[in-house]
Amino acid sequence: MSAGHSAQGNAAPYYYVPDHSVHPVRASFCLLLTLLGAALWINSYQVGFYSFVLGILGLITVLFGWFGDAIRESEGGMNNQRVDHSYRWSMAWFIFSEVMFFGAFFGSLWYAREVTTPWLSNLDHQTLLWPNFTGTWPNLGPAGVVPAFETVGPFWLPTINTALLLTSGLTLTISHHALRASHRGKAIFWLALTVLLGFSFVACQAYEYHHAYTELNLRFDSGIYGSLFFMLTGFHGFHVILGATFLTVILVRLIRGHFTADHHFGFEGAAWYWHFVDVVWLGLYLFVYWF
Amino acid sequence: MSSVTADHIPASEGHVDHHDHKPHGWRRWLFATNHKDIGTMYLIFSFCMLLEGGVLALLIRSELFHPGLQFFQPELFNQFTTMHGLIMIFGAIMPAFVGFANWMIPLQIGASDMAFARMNNFSFWLLPIGAILFTTSFFVPGGAQAAGWTMYAPLSLQMGPGMDFTIFAVHILGASSIMGAINIIVTILNLRAPGMTLMKMPLFCWTWLITAYLLIGVMPVLAAAVTMLLTDRHFGTDFFNAAAGGDPILYQHVFWFFGHPEVYIMILPAFGIISQVVPAFARKTLFGYASMVYATAAIAILSFLVWAHHMFATGMPVTGQLYFMYATMLISIPTGVKVFNWVATMWRGSMTFETPMLFAIGFIFVFVIGGFTGLILAVAPIDIAVHDTYYVIAHFHYVMVAGSLFGMFAGAYYWLPKWTGRMYDEKLGKIHFWSSMISFNVAFFPMHFLGLAGMPRRYADYAAQFTTFNEVATIGAFWFGISQLVFLYLAIKAWRGHGEPAAAKAWEGATGLEWSVPSPAPFHTFVDPPTVK
Amino acid sequence: MKKWRWVLGAGALLAAGAAVGEVKDMPGGPRVDQLNLHEGVTAIAQDIAWIHWMMLIICAIIFVCVFGVMFYSIIYHRKSRGAVPAKFHEHLGVEIAWTVVPFLIVIGMALPATRTVVAMKDTSSADLTVKVTGYQWKWGYEYVDGPAQGVKFLSNLATPHAQIIGKEPKGEFYLMEVDKPLVVPVDRKVRIVLTSNDVIHSWMVPDFGVKQDAIPGFLRDTWFRAEKTGTYRGQCAELCGKDHAFMPIVVKVVSQDDYGKWAEEQKNAAAASADDPTKEYTKEELVARGEKVFASHCVACHQANGKGIPGTFPALDGDQKYVLAPMKDQILTELNGHPGTAMPAFRDQLNDVELAAVITYTRNAWGNAGKGKDPVVQPSDVTALR
Ligand code: HEA
Ligand code: HEA
Ligand code: CUA
Ligand SMILES: [Cu+2]
Repeated sequence: MSAGHSAQGNAAPYYYVPDHSVHPVRASFCLLLTLLGAALWINSYQVGFYSFVLGILGLITVLFGWFGDAIRESEGGMNNQRVDHSYRWSMAWFIFSEVMFFGAFFGSLWYAREVTTPWLSNLDHQTLLWPNFTGTWPNLGPAGVVPAFETVGPFWLPTINTALLLTSGLTLTISHHALRASHRGKAIFWLALTVLLGFSFVACQAYEYHHAYTELNLRFDSGIYGSLFFMLTGFHGFHVILGATFLTVILVRLIRGHFTADHHFGFEGAAWYWHFVDVVWLGLYLFVYWF
Repeated sequence: MSSVTADHIPASEGHVDHHDHKPHGWRRWLFATNHKDIGTMYLIFSFCMLLEGGVLALLIRSELFHPGLQFFQPELFNQFTTMHGLIMIFGAIMPAFVGFANWMIPLQIGASDMAFARMNNFSFWLLPIGAILFTTSFFVPGGAQAAGWTMYAPLSLQMGPGMDFTIFAVHILGASSIMGAINIIVTILNLRAPGMTLMKMPLFCWTWLITAYLLIGVMPVLAAAVTMLLTDRHFGTDFFNAAAGGDPILYQHVFWFFGHPEVYIMILPAFGIISQVVPAFARKTLFGYASMVYATAAIAILSFLVWAHHMFATGMPVTGQLYFMYATMLISIPTGVKVFNWVATMWRGSMTFETPMLFAIGFIFVFVIGGFTGLILAVAPIDIAVHDTYYVIAHFHYVMVAGSLFGMFAGAYYWLPKWTGRMYDEKLGKIHFWSSMISFNVAFFPMHFLGLAGMPRRYADYAAQFTTFNEVATIGAFWFGISQLVFLYLAIKAWRGHGEPAAAKAWEGATGLEWSVPSPAPFHTFVDPPTVK
Repeated sequence: MKKWRWVLGAGALLAAGAAVGEVKDMPGGPRVDQLNLHEGVTAIAQDIAWIHWMMLIICAIIFVCVFGVMFYSIIYHRKSRGAVPAKFHEHLGVEIAWTVVPFLIVIGMALPATRTVVAMKDTSSADLTVKVTGYQWKWGYEYVDGPAQGVKFLSNLATPHAQIIGKEPKGEFYLMEVDKPLVVPVDRKVRIVLTSNDVIHSWMVPDFGVKQDAIPGFLRDTWFRAEKTGTYRGQCAELCGKDHAFMPIVVKVVSQDDYGKWAEEQKNAAAASADDPTKEYTKEELVARGEKVFASHCVACHQANGKGIPGTFPALDGDQKYVLAPMKDQILTELNGHPGTAMPAFRDQLNDVELAAVITYTRNAWGNAGKGKDPVVQPSDVTALR
C-alpha cells in the first residue's frame, strides 16, 4: 500500500493503513523473553532474571521505535479526521478495560469485607473452626498467622495525595484549553506543572509504602487486608507512573512543536488516561483509606 | 488466477491488479498489516491448536477407554485435561473467531482494512507466545499445571512452575484479545462504508461487535484473577487463604465473572455465521433481523448476571441460588428467539444443502440439545446432582464442539471460495459433515448418561459400571478426530489453488459486500469505500 | 463405504468390551450402563429425579416442535422441489409470541425447583451433626453430637493398588469402597458440616441427592434423611489433585438400634487404643507403627519406596534437608505442613505418638537407616514442638 500513498504525497488517504511493520513481531518476541524469564525467575532459576531484563529493555526499545513511527505519521498528516476518531474510540475502550481490571479488585475488596469476614466469624465457624475470630475489618485472619499491623488512615498523606491529583487534573485542563487557544507557552507551563504534581504523588506514595513497611508493619503479606491494600494502591501507583510518563512524552512533543489547536489526539488521550487514574484514586481514597 | 467473472462488480477501482505491492516471502507474514493475511494466520494458528488440543483429548479418551490406569499416572492425566481445556478455549476457538473477524468484517462493511493494522499484527503475534508457554510448560519440573482450566485456588497454589507459565500465557492471550476486540469495535463503529448504517450491517458484524464488548469487559477480570493467584503463589498475599482472612470462593466469583461471558464469547460469533449462512442457502432474507440484534445484546447483558450458576455446590445462601437459577434460565429466551428466527428463515425458502448449510443445520440441531442441557443445569437442584460430572462435560461439548466448532466449519466452507478463489471439494465436504456429525454424537451423547449416573469429571479412573459408555465415547472421539483430517486435506487443497475457480459471488443466494469483490479477494479491497444504498 | 467399516469396528470392540467384564450393578453405587439419575433414598433425591424428568419432557416436546417445523421445511421447501422463496422477513405477532411463551414455560419450570432449593438449603433442627473434613486424599469424619459424640476417624480408599493398575481383577466395589464408612441412623435428619484441610473437595452421594464442596478454612453444610437402610456410595466431585479419583465416600445407613450399638463399640475401641504421648517407645515399636501411618498418610505422594515423584513430590529416601538432618525441622514440617505445596499440616490429623512413629520410620526406612542424626524421635519431642 506504500506506493498508493506516497504517490499522493501529503494528501491524507481516505483511511491511512500503515505499511508492513517490524515492530509488533519484535515486541512479541521481547514479551516472550520477558514472560518466560519471569516465570523462571520467580521459581528461582537465575537465567530467568536475565531473560526478563533483556526482554523489558528490548520491549522499551521497540516501543520507542513504534511510537516514533506513529508520531511521524501523525505529524506527517497521514491521520485525517477518521483516523483521529479511531484513536479516540480505542482510547476510550482501552480505559474501559482498565476500569474492569480495577473493578475486579474493588469487587474483591467488597467481597472480602462484606461476605468473607462475616462468614468466617458466624456462629458455626466460631463453634467448630475459629473460636476467637470476631470478624472486624480490617482483621488479622482467624488463624492468628498474620503479625499485627496498623492501617493507613486518610490523614494526612492520602488526603494530600488526593489534593495533588485533583489539582493535577485542573492544571491539565488549563493546559488543554491553552493548547486549543494556540497558546503553546502557556500549555507547556501547565502541562509541566501537571507532570510535576504527578511525580510528587508517586513520591508521596513511595514514602507512604516505606512508612507502612517500617513503622506500621503493614505489608503485602499482612493477610487479606494487606494483600488488597497493596494490590489496589500498587496497581494504581503503577498506572500513575505510566500516566505521568505518557504526559511527559506529550510535554516533550509539545515543546518540539507537535500538535495543533485542533489536531492533538495524543494530548487528549494522555489527558483521558490521567483523569481515569484520578477517578480510581478517588475510589481508593474512599474505600481503602477512609471507610 | 483471474477469476473475475461476469457478475463481478468492481468496487475498488484500479487496485485489483496491483498484486506486486504486497511484500513477499516470510516478511509478508511476520510484518503483516493486511487484514486478510493476518486473518489467515489466525485461522492457521487456531487450527494447529485444535490439533494439539485434540491430541490431548484423544490421550484423555485413551486412558478412559477402560477402567483402571492404563497409560498415564493421574497427575499426568490431570495435566492433559487441564491443558486440553485451556488450549481449546484460548488457542483454538477464540483465535479462530478473531481470524474470521479479520477476514470478513472489513469486507462486509466495505472498509479497506482494520482500524489499527499494526496493532492487529501485534494481537496475532502474541498468540504464539501463549502457545509456547502452554506447550513448554509440559516440560518444566512438575509438568504442566493440573488444576483444571478453571485453576481453582487453593489447588492451583500447590502447582509447580507450570502454573506460572499458564498464568503468564493467560495474561498475554488476554492482552491479545483486548487489543483484537478494540480493533474490531473501532473498525465497525468508524470504518463502515457510506450508507452502511448499523442496522444494515451483516449479522456476523453485529455479533462480533457485541462479542468484542464482552471481551473488553471480562478479559481484564480474568487477568485480575490470575494475578491474584500469582501473588498468592509467590509474593505472600492471602487472597485465597481463609487462615489469613481470604477466601477460596472469592477466586471462583472473579473467575466465573469472566468465565460465563466467556462462553458467549465463544458462541455469539458462531450465531453470526449461522445467521449469514442460513439465509444464503434458503435464498430468503433473514427473518427478524432486528430481533436477532436485540436478542444478541440481551444474551450479552444477561451473561454478566449469572456467573454463580457454576458455583451452586459451593454452598451459597438460598437467595443466591434462587437468583442465579432464575437469571440463568432467562438466557434461554433470547437464545430461543434466535433459533426460532433461523427456522422461520428456512420456512418457505428455497433451500439447497451445500456443506456450509449442512453445518449450519447441524449446528442448530445439536446446539439446541446443548442449550437444553444448559437449561437443565441451570436448575439448582438438578445441578447439585450433576455438577462436576460428565453431564457438564456433555453439555459444554455440545455447545462448544457442535456449537462453536460446527459454526466455524459452516463459516469456513461458506467463505473458503472467497479466501482461496477455489471451490472446495463438495463431496469431501459432505463426508466431513456427516462423519463429524455422527461421530460427534457417538462421542458425546453417552456422556449424558455417565453424568446422570454420577461419574465425576477430571477422573483418571472410574467404576467398572461406567465402562460401556466410556468405550463408546472413546471410539466416537477417535472417529471424530480422524474426520477432521478430511477438512485439513480439503482446505489445503483449495488453498494451494486446486479445484474449480470460484465466482466473485460464489453462492447463488449470498448477499453482502464481500461477494462484490473477486474471489480470491484481492490484497487490497475497498481502498475507496463503496456506497451502500 | 469407509464409514461402515468404522461402525463395524466399533461394534466389534464393543462386543469385546462387553465380554471382558461381567460387571454387575453396584449396590448403593452406579448400575451397569445406568441411564438416568439414581432413584434416591431421600425425599430430596426423589424430588430432583422428578424435576429432571419434568425438564426432560418439556424440553423434548419443544425440541420436537421446533425441529418438526425445521425438517418440514427442509423436506418441502427445497429448491429441488421447485420451491420459490417467500418474501416475508418479519412478523411482530409471532416474534412476541415466541418471546412470551418461552418466558412462561421457564417460569413453570422454575416454580417446583424453587421449592426444592428451599428444602435443600434448610439444615435447621437436625437430629445428628457430623463434621466432615476433606484431606488430600481421604475423608475425615467426626460426630459432633448424638450417641457417638466425639467419635472420629479417617476413611481411606480400600481398593488395592494392584486392581487399579490391572495386576488383579477388579472387585465388585472397585474404587467405591473404603476402610471405614460413615455410619448414620435411618430416618433421621443428618446434618453434614464440611470443611477441608488443604484444597477444595466435594462430598457427593448421588442416592441422597447431596453434593457439597468442602472449602478449606470455611464450613458449609448440607443434610439428608435416608429412608432406607443400606450402604450408599459416592465420590469426591471437585478436582483436588492427583488422587481426586481415589477418595470415595461410603455411608452405611443402619437402624436406630444398630447405630446405638455401633456408637458404643467405637467409643470403647477409642478408649482402649488411646496412645500415651509421655511414654518412651522403642525404635522397633515406633518403626512398626510408623510404617502403618506412612502407608495411610504419606505414601500417596512420597511413594512406598520413599522416592517421591521427581519434580512434584520430594523424595524422602536420602533427603538431607529434613529426614537426615536434626529432627526439629522435620517435626515442624509434619506439624505445620509446607505452605504453597501439597504437604499438609498434620497437627490435627495425627497425635504425637503417630507423628513420632512416622518420623522415626522415615529415618530408618529405605537407604536412610543409620545415616542421619536423631534416628529415633519420641512422642515427647513432638509434644515439645507442638
Ligand atoms: C459455547 C459455550 C456455552 C454456551 C453457549 C452455554 C450455554 C448455556 N449454559 Fe453452559 N457451560 C459451558 C459452555 C457454554 N454454555 C461450559 C464450558 C461450561 C463448563 C465450565 C467448566 O466447569 O469447566 C458450562 C457449564 C454450565 C453450567 C454449570 C454446570 C456445572 O458446572 O454444574 C450451567 C448451569 O447453569 C450452564 C448453563 C447454560 C445455559 C442455561 C446456557 C444457555 O445459554 C443455553 C440457551 C439455549 C437453549 C435453552 C436452547 C434453545 C432455546 C430454545 C429452542 C427456546 C425454547 C426453550 C425453552 C423456553 C426451554 N452451563
Ligand atoms: C471448544 C473447546 C473444546 C473442544 C473443541 C473440545 C474437543 C474435545 N474434547 Fe474437550 N474439553 C473442553 C473444551 C473442548 N473440548 C474443556 C473446556 C474441558 C474441561 C477441562 C477441565 O476440566 O479443566 C474439556 C474436557 C474434556 C473431557 C473431560 C476430561 C476430564 O474431565 O478429565 C473430555 C473427555 O472425554 C474431552 C473430550 C474431547 C474430545 C474427544 C474432543 C474432540 O472434539 C476433539 C477432536 C479433535 C481432534 C481429535 C484433533 C484433530 C485430529 C487430529 C490431530 C488427527 C489425529 C487423530 C487421530 C490419530 C485419531 N474434553
Ligand atoms: Cu477430593 Cu477430589
Ligand atoms: Cu455459565
